[in-house]
Amino acid sequence: MIEVQSLHKRFKKTIALNEISASFQKGQVVSLIGPNGSGKTTLIKCILGMVKPDEGQILLEGKNILSDDQYRSRIGYMPQIGRYPDHMKVGQIFKLLKNLRNHTKSVVDEELIQTYGLDSISDKSMRTLSGGTRQKVSAAIAFLFSPEILILDEPTAGLDPLASELLKEKIQKEKNNDKLILITSHILSDLDDLTTHVLYLQEGNIEFSGDMGNLRKITGEQKFEKAIAELMKAKGN
Amino acid sequence: MFKLSKYILYDIIRNKVILAYTGFLLLVSLLLFNLEENSSKAILSLLNIQLITIPLISMIFSTIHYYNSYEFIEMLLAQPISRTKVLFCEYLSTGISLVLALLIGMGIPVLLYSSGETGFTLILTGIGLTLACTSLAYWAAVKSRDKARGIGIVLLLWFYFALIYDGIVMMLLFTFSDYPLEKFTLVLTAFNPIDLARVSIMLKMDVSALMGYTGALYKDFFGSSTGIFFTGGIMLLWILLPLYLAMRSFGKKDL
Repeated sequence: MIEVQSLHKRFKKTIALNEISASFQKGQVVSLIGPNGSGKTTLIKCILGMVKPDEGQILLEGKNILSDDQYRSRIGYMPQIGRYPDHMKVGQIFKLLKNLRNHTKSVVDEELIQTYGLDSISDKSMRTLSGGTRQKVSAAIAFLFSPEILILDEPTAGLDPLASELLKEKIQKEKNNDKLILITSHILSDLDDLTTHVLYLQEGNIEFSGDMGNLRKITGEQKFEKAIAELMKAKGN
Repeated sequence: MFKLSKYILYDIIRNKVILAYTGFLLLVSLLLFNLEENSSKAILSLLNIQLITIPLISMIFSTIHYYNSYEFIEMLLAQPISRTKVLFCEYLSTGISLVLALLIGMGIPVLLYSSGETGFTLILTGIGLTLACTSLAYWAAVKSRDKARGIGIVLLLWFYFALIYDGIVMMLLFTFSDYPLEKFTLVLTAFNPIDLARVSIMLKMDVSALMGYTGALYKDFFGSSTGIFFTGGIMLLWILLPLYLAMRSFGKKDL
């Protein structure tokens, strides 16, 4: 579905992405893993068109994503840090997005709004919300238009255990709906039962790319966390 | 597109800075009109206040608003909407809110106490100045990723337009006082939106008679319809050019 072709990006002197090629298909849950500054967020931002690559391209079903903006109607994005205008109300943000996306055309999925009880605080202004609640709003936005592709950047950071459990359930559900889900996280236990594929990045290079079976075979570890630790050890030295 | 502007505007007009700015303008305007017996003297004082506060507040507020909205802008850009549209909506909302503050804070008192041609020009140039400064601020903010640097640049711009530029012009005039510089100074005003605003209002007032030969030449030029087109056109250029540059650089940059 998404085809990343020899993507290269450098910021001043640091190489953020070094000739990255990858391909993501429907029904996959791809975990983007790597140390801080390994290029995970840059890759995500390239897919969203926020960072323009120096070389290479990204194709969505054969079409270069930089050719128009409409392709983003198929993507739901949950950023690492969600900050919203201070005086905007929770309900207004959802309304605004429905307006922007022309919600008559797409089905609206308000499940997360309900499970997180965001409809009961729709009159509160964003300024008064805690960091975790803002994160819940971000999550609800990402899933709102039941997009075919979900990109979640550190989704469970800042969420309480219950909320993060609910989010994982929701991700599981969407995975069963044959959607493509890209997740970055440092909390590997969160990814454990979701992940089908792993993309391990280090200093802009892909160090490992493949499905879970492959990862288990290479590292000889059954547990996801241990397998990744094994991978990091092998690549780190 | 205008829906997005509407929501952003709704947020900005609840901002305390905008409310304080409106209140400040209203208070000063009412005080001046009540204290000065002659309303044209009050307009002159208002002009001086306007030329300092409008650029300062518009530029600083727009820059800080841009940086504070950065994550929100990112979230919007994950939606199927183009970059130029998002930035233009942000600009539009900031501009409209600042213009509204000016209209309420200064426009209403002027309408009540001195609703002549001079008052009308004062408000009109104030609007032009507000939008031009907002454009400049957006350009500076888009160009610099770092918040402190962006605000620094904007402060420097304000300092330059409000103080340094006049100093340079004075220096030029003194150095080359042996030459006829009237037409030259006329051109120089175009390179500073604050000067442009000042001259176009001064010439609507009787004080221009005190400015001697240069004043007469100015009045001859700026008072004519060509002059009005000239000032209007240059002001429009000051609004559109930085805005265009801001949008162009925003379209290319990495977020």
